[in-house]
Amino acid sequence: MKPEALLHPTAKGLYCPPGDFYIDPVRPVDRALITHGHADHARAGHGHVMATRETLDIMGIRYGENFAGATQEAAYGEVVTINGVTVSWHPAGHVLGSAQIAVEKGGTRIVASGDYKRRPDPTCTGFDLVPCDVFITEATFGLPVFTHPDDAGEIARLMESLARFPERAHLVGAYALGKAQRVIALIRQAGYAETIFIHGAMEKLCAYYRDRGIDLGPLAPATIEKGAKDQFAGKVIVGPPSAFADRWARRFPDPVACFASGWMRVRQRARQRGVELPLIISDHSDWDELTETIRDTGASEVWVTHGREEALVRWCELHQIRARPLNLVGYEDEAE
Amino acid sequence: MAGGMKPFAELLDRLVLTPSRNAKLRLLVDYVAATPDPDRGYAIAAITRDLDIPSVKPAMIRALVAERVDPVLFGYSYDFVGDLAETVSLIWPGEREPPSPSPLRGGSTRSVGVGVSDGEEPPPGSARLRDPHRPPLKGEVKDADLSLATIVETLQKTSRSDAPKLVAAMLDALDPPGRYALLKLITGGMRVGVSSRLVKQALADYGQKDVTEIEELWHGLQIPYADLFAWLDGTGPKPESAAAAPFRPVMLANPTDLDELARYDPADYLAEWKWDGIRVQATAERGVARIYSRTGDDISHAFPDLLAAMDFDGAIDGELLVGHYEDGAIRVGAFGDLQQRLNRKTVSAKQQAKFPALVRAYDLLQEGEDDLRPLPFEARRARLEAFVADLPADRFDLSALVPFSTWDEIGRMRNAAPEPVIEGLMLKRRDSAYVPGRPKGPWFKYKRDPFLIDAVLMYAQRGHGKRSSFYSDYTFGVWTGAADDPALVPVGKAYFGFTDAELRQIDKYVRDNTIERFGPVRSVRAEPDHGLVLEVAFEGLNRSARHKSGVAMRFPRIARLRWDKPPHEADRLETLEAMLD
Repeated sequence: MKPEALLHPTAKGLYCPPGDFYIDPVRPVDRALITHGHADHARAGHGHVMATRETLDIMGIRYGENFAGATQEAAYGEVVTINGVTVSWHPAGHVLGSAQIAVEKGGTRIVASGDYKRRPDPTCTGFDLVPCDVFITEATFGLPVFTHPDDAGEIARLMESLARFPERAHLVGAYALGKAQRVIALIRQAGYAETIFIHGAMEKLCAYYRDRGIDLGPLAPATIEKGAKDQFAGKVIVGPPSAFADRWARRFPDPVACFASGWMRVRQRARQRGVELPLIISDHSDWDELTETIRDTGASEVWVTHGREEALVRWCELHQIRARPLNLVGYEDEAE
Repeated sequence: MAGGMKPFAELLDRLVLTPSRNAKLRLLVDYVAATPDPDRGYAIAAITRDLDIPSVKPAMIRALVAERVDPVLFGYSYDFVGDLAETVSLIWPGEREPPSPSPLRGGSTRSVGVGVSDGEEPPPGSARLRDPHRPPLKGEVKDADLSLATIVETLQKTSRSDAPKLVAAMLDALDPPGRYALLKLITGGMRVGVSSRLVKQALADYGQKDVTEIEELWHGLQIPYADLFAWLDGTGPKPESAAAAPFRPVMLANPTDLDELARYDPADYLAEWKWDGIRVQATAERGVARIYSRTGDDISHAFPDLLAAMDFDGAIDGELLVGHYEDGAIRVGAFGDLQQRLNRKTVSAKQQAKFPALVRAYDLLQEGEDDLRPLPFEARRARLEAFVADLPADRFDLSALVPFSTWDEIGRMRNAAPEPVIEGLMLKRRDSAYVPGRPKGPWFKYKRDPFLIDAVLMYAQRGHGKRSSFYSDYTFGVWTGAADDPALVPVGKAYFGFTDAELRQIDKYVRDNTIERFGPVRSVRAEPDHGLVLEVAFEGLNRSARHKSGVAMRFPRIARLRWDKPPHEADRLETLEAMLD
């Protein structure tokens, strides 16, 4: 069957007419399949939500238990049929519970990969390659200037800075779902055993990751005790980037502002954000991962969503792969 | 001690991201301490922009990358990144850095769409994936070879036609931060937020010298400054100032007031106007003429018209102004006119004709072979008067002495200057020798009171560094339009003048009264009956075509917070317009 008849963009999101379901819809719909728990993909208010156990739990933590009329758990590798359309779930390697959704009917298979990365991550299941006819890819870092270096090297720079500035608090900006836990786990892998302090906004999610068996080591809330102004000297504090511009950040002595993000590849971006120690750690694929994944899937056609669509479409053209931007609205190119 | 690109690249990266001046100084001192000669010298010369490599120009770098990367993809990337060196450093199809444990990483060459499909030979000169155990190919540059000295000295000997191949090989051998540092090193245009003055201060800190000593030597030094570093390290003598027309460290004055002046005898002092241009040293010796700023930067290139008139043998300390010669005297233009001549790499004939540069002379430091600096000011002044009398009258004149007998007279005169391009009075002891720095006592400046207006806070922007959680940069406006339907027009921006306690108060006010947010900027409620009035002090006002209000303030700062004042009582634009000369 023609790919466009199986899945096509609508104002509410990517829609499958024969299956009558949406993937990551941005507005409330009757039936939604959700790739992962980030807020721009997983919204509250759908009639029926199908997602991995972890994604359903994360949505419950963020939106309350009644975030959807009904929920259905999907396991990696599981194959279900929805109104005659075959749907299967595969790890995306993005954050805990993240999945690619393969949709198949009449001999045509489309993979909606959501957000994905291909390098190892101690906090989630690694990416599985799913051969397909049409591959729907994100393009958050879809420019050839984005190459994410090895995570361990980035964490080593944080450790060096801690040793060099033992009197300063190290504030690591990391988004509350996925990045924060991964950064903490990477710091643990580097051998750092001291308590890591966390912003209140990430307590529940960190606790959830621990429940799922991910070792984050000793954590404590970054609340200040009266009269203990230098209790955070030389400590690592992880918080959402937005909190750094907030009054919350003032409790720390002469903080080193660190930010864990793929955007930190570009110096002027880091400078504009007032980041002193940029850590290039991303939950998204870099340019090479994107282009290699496109090739690896063997897809004859590529649909590009959220991010730098034009560059990835151009690359596909240069490599004789049919490609077009999907122009889905509502996904945040900056959220990383 | 380690030279090479890696520490230099690290230094640049840290400088870019370090807002504090002291921290920058520390980074520079640490670098100079840890880096051997001659690499540290080349690094310093690159940062002060004294290093020039004629065989390498940005257009060449663009051409190199165009051979390797699809121009459309490069265009998208450059648009996003905004800096040529950074874009090229990131997009250059080199090896990945560093080897990663992921199986995906192994054996992958960068794929940037040169139009080469898999399996084909890459085009000549393009990057190959290198096996670390394979010996380097002929003409290939090994990472370990890349000291700054090798790079600079090799490229300086290379012709324009051979340079591209060499630069490409160097880029191939480096990782992205190394490539960025290389491109900055060889093309200039650092953009790391470090002035040459700051570098000289760092060198002075490193060698525990006075910065004026370094400024004095600077223009006679040869890159990579081996003799300077030997002196700073205590292993060599102070370098002789060998260059013709060197910079002589400037003598500066302390601010004063009538209370302080009362302790001195007015008969010991001479007074002159403090002209509001830029303080310069115009020096000509042995056929070499130079114009220096007061921090020792050579700014000759911006003033070729003045330079051409410097047919003398001596060093004049004076104020650079623009103006024109009329009826046997120089008429000085506004400071705004002078700005037309500043910060330009080249200056057109039209600008030179419209805004001719001239020097109003304050002092004479050198005349022929005579160093006049040890002489009393009065004696130097006599020599100066005779000296200037022989110079072209349309380019040089004397800063006139202002007769006075009591300090009270001085107090009155400083706010009643005869011309707008005067910012107060200078008071110099008749017997004062010319000494570098800001000694207490011999010279005073007594500035006129600043202008004051009441303006309304309109926008606030988050600060940097320690102030990054505070809204600390304020755009303020004054009223314009009909009296019964006034609107605010922004007239300036200020980020100092308030105490830490006041900063916290304004920050709270901004957060509680935000209307809109644009990135780091908040628009703040500013209505006739609701808003925060700021008393703004400033030194002068220029006409400005770039600002909607038509005026631009000089050195605006917050003088007082007027919590008591309703916004509709703040000043109107007409008040500012009336202050324009």
